[in-house]
Amino acid sequence: MTKKKRIGLTISYIVLILISIIWLFPFFCLVLQSFRSYQTEFGGMVNYLVPKQFSLDSYKFLFTEGSQFTRWYANTFVIACVVSVLQTVVVICVSYALSRMRFAGRKLLMNIWLVLGMFPGFLTMICLYFLLKQMGLTQDGAVPGLILIYVASSGMGYYVCKGYFDTMPKALDEAARIDGASRFQILYQMIIPLSKPIIIYTMLVSFMAPWCDFVFASYVAFGKSDSYNVAVALQRWVWTNDYQGYFTRFCAGGILVAVPVTLLFMFLQKYYVEGVTGGAVKG
Amino acid sequence: MGEKKTIGRQIAEAFGWLGADLKDIGTTFAQGDFRTRISYLIMGFGQILRGQFVRGIAMLASQGLLLYFIFGFGMQYLKDITTLGTSGRGFNPDGTVSYGDNSFFILLYSLLTIFAIAALILLWRINLYHNRDAQRLLAAGKKLPSNRQDLHSLLDHNFDKTLLALPCLGIFVFTVLPIIFMICVAFTNYDYNHQPPSQLFTWVGLENFKNLFSMGGDGYGSTFFTVLGWTLIWSFFATFLNYFLGMAVAILINQKGIKFKKLWRTILVMTIAVPQFVSLLYVGKMFAADGLVNSYLIKWGFITRAIPFWTNPLYARILIIVINLWVGIPYIMLIATGLLMNIPEDLYESAKIDGANPFQMFFSITLPYMLFVTGPFLLTQFIGNLNNFNVIYLLTQGKPQSMSLKGGAGYTDLLVTWLYKMTVNDTDYKTAAVIGIMVFVVTAVISLIVYNVLPSVKDEEGFQ
Repeated sequence: MTKKKRIGLTISYIVLILISIIWLFPFFCLVLQSFRSYQTEFGGMVNYLVPKQFSLDSYKFLFTEGSQFTRWYANTFVIACVVSVLQTVVVICVSYALSRMRFAGRKLLMNIWLVLGMFPGFLTMICLYFLLKQMGLTQDGAVPGLILIYVASSGMGYYVCKGYFDTMPKALDEAARIDGASRFQILYQMIIPLSKPIIIYTMLVSFMAPWCDFVFASYVAFGKSDSYNVAVALQRWVWTNDYQGYFTRFCAGGILVAVPVTLLFMFLQKYYVEGVTGGAVKG
Repeated sequence: MGEKKTIGRQIAEAFGWLGADLKDIGTTFAQGDFRTRISYLIMGFGQILRGQFVRGIAMLASQGLLLYFIFGFGMQYLKDITTLGTSGRGFNPDGTVSYGDNSFFILLYSLLTIFAIAALILLWRINLYHNRDAQRLLAAGKKLPSNRQDLHSLLDHNFDKTLLALPCLGIFVFTVLPIIFMICVAFTNYDYNHQPPSQLFTWVGLENFKNLFSMGGDGYGSTFFTVLGWTLIWSFFATFLNYFLGMAVAILINQKGIKFKKLWRTILVMTIAVPQFVSLLYVGKMFAADGLVNSYLIKWGFITRAIPFWTNPLYARILIIVINLWVGIPYIMLIATGLLMNIPEDLYESAKIDGANPFQMFFSITLPYMLFVTGPFLLTQFIGNLNNFNVIYLLTQGKPQSMSLKGGAGYTDLLVTWLYKMTVNDTDYKTAAVIGIMVFVVTAVISLIVYNVLPSVKDEEGFQ
């Protein structure tokens, strides 16, 4: 019995180590290639993994005048921060109203939003572009324009947060109302302090989303490279400038984007797990 | 709620409600005093005269704004809704520029005007309710709610309206209006040959739908069904392979006796944390013809020519599903880990005493429990995968393309990536709109079927 168990465990460990290698290998390569010397080995794709000469050429390039990397980074960071705060406020408002209050048309509203969610997001791209253009929020104004688009529709993403609010006992509200608290006071003084995990989850998810968006971001910026975010810019480096040696620069830029976001995520992992698990069970 | 109502009965009820409502408008007028009656024309008049300034001024102001919008701005567009404009931008005989019509704005602002009219009617009706109720209260000798109370109620029993006003406005302007606009575009000929302001577009009825389904000639029929087929196959594998393998990994890590549980999980979670455009673009390049994988396989002498991972349709499809495992397993693993801990330990103990082996325990305890709890989640995953733009577009952009597929589609294109290419590369908005509607139809049909099959979806609180 114990021998059988030991063999089982050994196999499990081997599998786990294999899995870990597979999962980490691409990141390992990414780091290695970002340190390849641009001077001696050029920056394109090569048929070996370990650089012959390590250097910081690619990283230095990102901070020179010629590349707008810092600009793109700042754009993305601003968008992510603002969206994170505003989207969380919107989601909390909507979730509270739908979870704790009963009003005429509540079911109808939820059903309409459910149906709206079945349309693919890219369907409305042209229309959104022209709407933003009417407001002067494309190209030069792409950053506020993107923030507006992300925040405007965020009310429909209330599921996880509402699910969390639903689990709080209604008796709390009733007791507070008997004591004369208004709905606003209940939300502000009771529900929000109790919802720290879900608030952090919502902020984290909405902070990370803008880093990955290159579809709307490139469409709204429409060739104005000052208004790109990192995803749009690096994706263009990989696809259009591959043969001009931008590959290692993409790797370096990718690392600079990935490291802070990954650290933040790892730091707040507990809340993320809580959020997705809760969301999955509630559906 | 409970039993379903027949559609006939629903329609009958709707008409009954409409009749009662019209009657109520009539009786309110007949029994109304002069304040109420003038409110039929000037919204908020009665409220202001009765001292309810907040309500009254809000009503009056919205009436003014809406009327100004409808007649000062919207009507010039709405009158052209049937033709979507007759003359595009061009030159007058004397050489000056004539600005002409713009089909895009005619359609967009007409829709907006129609919504404004609907909003006006709704507000007008609410305004009548206010007057009727105020009159009744006064007749019964009670006091009307004061302005203070009205304002305070926005933070109390009408707090839902305060909370939802801005989110609903945002969703209306940036989701509802554009979607309705694009549904309308599906019935027009808006494409590269009809780009306002120089070339106008107009209504063409069901032409685009016919074109999407027609097999011969210029029709997109065979392409559409190829893409749809792959979309469904992809969703199926991406959902269920990830689900079962993710659960397997979770069970593996959860085993008794495995150390460093947290470390293993953290390693896997890296793929969630690193932005997808970094990881997927890089992994995609690894499998390129001149990428790392092919280079090393050649160097070590396993192959002599690069394996066409991204140019052979079958290889590309398989590879995408495999790489998606790399992306998706950690996510399922996280969720499954939490849920597996919820299964009562004594279930396993008693199964062990009965002599069950681990596989039997998995199939008779773990799997049924997980399927029951995560049923709705699987549905959302499946629908999410139908629209999984990032994985496909970052890895292949839908390639490999082929002469036998029309409209720029490739063998790994999903409906959404095809839609995206239609919009951005081909500016074929009319077909993109039709494809978008098709995505909606597919999503809605699948949701309805699953909804009626799964017991746990039906009830909001059922699986607590």
